[in-house]
Amino acid sequence: MNTPGTALFCARLLRRQLVLAARRPVDIGNPLLFFAMVVALFPLGLGPAPDTLADFAPGILWIVALLSNLLTSDGVFRSDFDDGSLEQLLLSPQPLYLSVLAYVCAHWLVTGLLLALVSPVFALMLNLPATGIVALFFSLLLGTAVLSLVGGIGAALTVGLRRGGMLISLLILPLYMPVLIFGSAAVKAAVSGSPAAPYLAILGAMLSLAVALAPIATAAGLRISVDA
Amino acid sequence: MWTFFHKLGSPPWLYGISGTILRYLVPLTLIGLAVGVTWGLLFTAPDFRQGNSYRIIYIHVPAAVVALAGYYVMATAGAVSLIWKMKMADIAMKACAPIGAALTFVALVTGAVWGKPTWGTWWVWDARITSMLILLFLYLGVIALYEAYDNKEAAAKACAVLSLVGTVNIPIIYKSVDWWYSLHQPASIKFTGESTIHASMLYPLLLMIISFYALFTCALLMNMRGEMLARERRTKWVRKLAEDKAR
Repeated sequence: MNTPGTALFCARLLRRQLVLAARRPVDIGNPLLFFAMVVALFPLGLGPAPDTLADFAPGILWIVALLSNLLTSDGVFRSDFDDGSLEQLLLSPQPLYLSVLAYVCAHWLVTGLLLALVSPVFALMLNLPATGIVALFFSLLLGTAVLSLVGGIGAALTVGLRRGGMLISLLILPLYMPVLIFGSAAVKAAVSGSPAAPYLAILGAMLSLAVALAPIATAAGLRISVDA
Repeated sequence: MWTFFHKLGSPPWLYGISGTILRYLVPLTLIGLAVGVTWGLLFTAPDFRQGNSYRIIYIHVPAAVVALAGYYVMATAGAVSLIWKMKMADIAMKACAPIGAALTFVALVTGAVWGKPTWGTWWVWDARITSMLILLFLYLGVIALYEAYDNKEAAAKACAVLSLVGTVNIPIIYKSVDWWYSLHQPASIKFTGESTIHASMLYPLLLMIISFYALFTCALLMNMRGEMLARERRTKWVRKLAEDKAR
């Protein structure tokens, strides 16, 4: 039996994850629907005054993006753990670091990227000034990638547990906080007319760090969960 | 050097040596705390601006310093347990979490009590305070993860990974007062350059910090000894220990 090269293997893994996601379009739609619904809660709770909403919009949009990412992170490895294919992956001669990266990348493509793409619509609904929308898009684009990478760690550590859902939020929300701070700060800066680039640069730095280190932790977490 | 390292991995040896250390360290810690508290609370001059309310510094600062240091101890123990698969490192890491969480909580509460008379508010969402709150969540996350696993060996490994990931936040907490403009004052005690605290206030503070470190060590060792006995309860040396005690 000939084994595929590493690049090919990861490309196939990524494709497999995307095909799986595409076969269940509801799973792709749910986080977006969740995003829309929670955004709709804020005008009801805070009152529909456009000025108030515009003030809170950067924070609201970022927190809701973070929550919908959190809810989907839980399932990244779940089905593959349940049917044993994760165990096969750990036994395969391919570097786990890159396989994990393929999983996380697929997760980001179907949640973070889509969220970033639809976010301008919700930004307009919350009356976010137009100057902030570009910053919102790019900060979500970079930030949700960090969130997916960090969420992967939490998912890997809790995949073997029966009641992982609540626990994963306790584990990774503290790690999400720095992303939230700089993500919403980028949007606020853009709204107030100062450059958002420094904040985006910090998000980019976080992303580089997360790409380099998070898959290692995720891989270690998967090994622990499968061993347990 | 390596024999020492290997000895650390042996529960009976560590149990014995920690007993000896505790016999001396516990009284020393208590004396240090008693002297530090009396010195700080009764014999130092009141602050020029804050009057007597500043005296909470003798609890607040040591608790905060050791809470942060405790995280490093936990993460280092976690790294050791992952790399060398030492059981004792697992136990040390697990023992660190509740102590660190308690100290972080003390730092936050004393900070709130101090903030009321000086800043006029119990709580502000300021960089240092928020990041200390994150530290508390990190500790609680480790405890929650450990409790969630039925298999305690896997639990320890998972916690080790989590605590290592969490170390990313620690330098941010240390530096938060310097990086962001914040209500919390920057560090007064500096290793390089002039400290911005008067010597008469500094010495009792240093004594308290050292005592808190000692307190942390005592609590850590006691916690570890309990855990060691619980895990090794079926082994010969624990049984012998129990028989000796009973006699």
